[in-house]
Amino acid sequence: MSPFDCDTDVLAQYLDGELPLDQAGHIRQHISECPRCAAEVGALISMKRSLRAADGHFTPAPEFRRKIQQQISRRPHRGWDLRLSWVFAALAVVLIALVWLEHPRHADAFTEVADLHVSALASANPVDVVSTDRHTVKPWFAGRIPFSFNIPELQGTEFTLLGGRIVYLDQHPGAQLIFAYKQHKISVLIFRQSSAPANELTDGGKVEKRNTFNIAAWNEQNLRFIVIGDTAPTEMDKLIQLIKTANE
Amino acid sequence: MDPEFFEQLAMPLFDSLYNLAHWLTGDRVDAEDLVQETYAKALKGFKSFQEGTNLRAWMFRILRNTFLTSRSGLAARSTSSLEDEEEEAGALAAHSITPESLLLRSEDRQRVLDALAELPVHYREILLLCEVEELSYREIADVLSLPIGTVMSRLSRARNSLRRLVEMPSMRSQHESV
Repeated sequence: MSPFDCDTDVLAQYLDGELPLDQAGHIRQHISECPRCAAEVGALISMKRSLRAADGHFTPAPEFRRKIQQQISRRPHRGWDLRLSWVFAALAVVLIALVWLEHPRHADAFTEVADLHVSALASANPVDVVSTDRHTVKPWFAGRIPFSFNIPELQGTEFTLLGGRIVYLDQHPGAQLIFAYKQHKISVLIFRQSSAPANELTDGGKVEKRNTFNIAAWNEQNLRFIVIGDTAPTEMDKLIQLIKTANE
Repeated sequence: MDPEFFEQLAMPLFDSLYNLAHWLTGDRVDAEDLVQETYAKALKGFKSFQEGTNLRAWMFRILRNTFLTSRSGLAARSTSSLEDEEEEAGALAAHSITPESLLLRSEDRQRVLDALAELPVHYREILLLCEVEELSYREIADVLSLPIGTVMSRLSRARNSLRRLVEMPSMRSQHESV
């Protein structure tokens, strides 16, 4: 007679791997000697194998898996199609940023120039060097800005030179000359062409109306000239021609 | 544990949980409801889950407890209240079965699965946890919130009941044909 009285439950525990090692050894020995228990073990193993088929017997629907995945995802927008939408969102941001950077820059160049003009006129000291004499004004800029330019002879014209000052546009130094035409003031801004931040302005010196200002810009001798004021375009053009001639 | 890891750790159990849920409920819709609720509860309680403990057993327990309080779970329990009588009958029957007749051939597998589906739910679940999920008795005790001795005796009764059902397929098919 076996120590466990051919107990089916003990055989099942043996097969479940739940018996302590020494006891399992006894059972193994017993099975080899007892045909009844050997047959019982065979039946138990057969049933275990059959039950194993219950694994994966029911498979979840793919949509249901996705649903759960989305439900528990920390980042709620996972999944391929949603990942694609992230890409689109990122592209949109880049696009907006590009438009933002490029487009307003055009407007900004004008705004900044206009600001320089207006702030000079609004200032108690519109100019740093007060002189109608171009031979005084021009040397004053020498050493203050990293380039030089010519101021036209205004004798016999309706324009007068009021003076000049140093300005900065996008952290680049430049010269601002202020001319008067009757009661109107005109600013002429001169920068080095290489550092000129206002390249978005129309080139060629054609006078353009922007807001309430007339503005023109052109390049000459590696210099960038910007003229802004509220004078009529025809008068402005006369000054432009004078400056152009002086700097040819 | 950090909920960041929940998806990574819990999704691999999805197939097992669904299979178990379907075996318990016997119905796709109920199984999906059960699995969904299990994941929702597990995600909520994941912070309290101790790293290094058995996530599988932990989620099985949530699923099983959720099932017990569900509509289909309550229905299943009320029909299996005859447990004690069946146990006695099962125990007697097991003794009268000759071991030779229990040698199951591979074509008998479907019969075993059919029998499993017919078992009272507390027998079905313990057999699934032991034979399909291969949990240890200790893990099963955790999942079912039972003492380990009860796990062993219930498992024994479950196996006897299953055998009895497998042994009497002819009777069942006669019933069906009537």
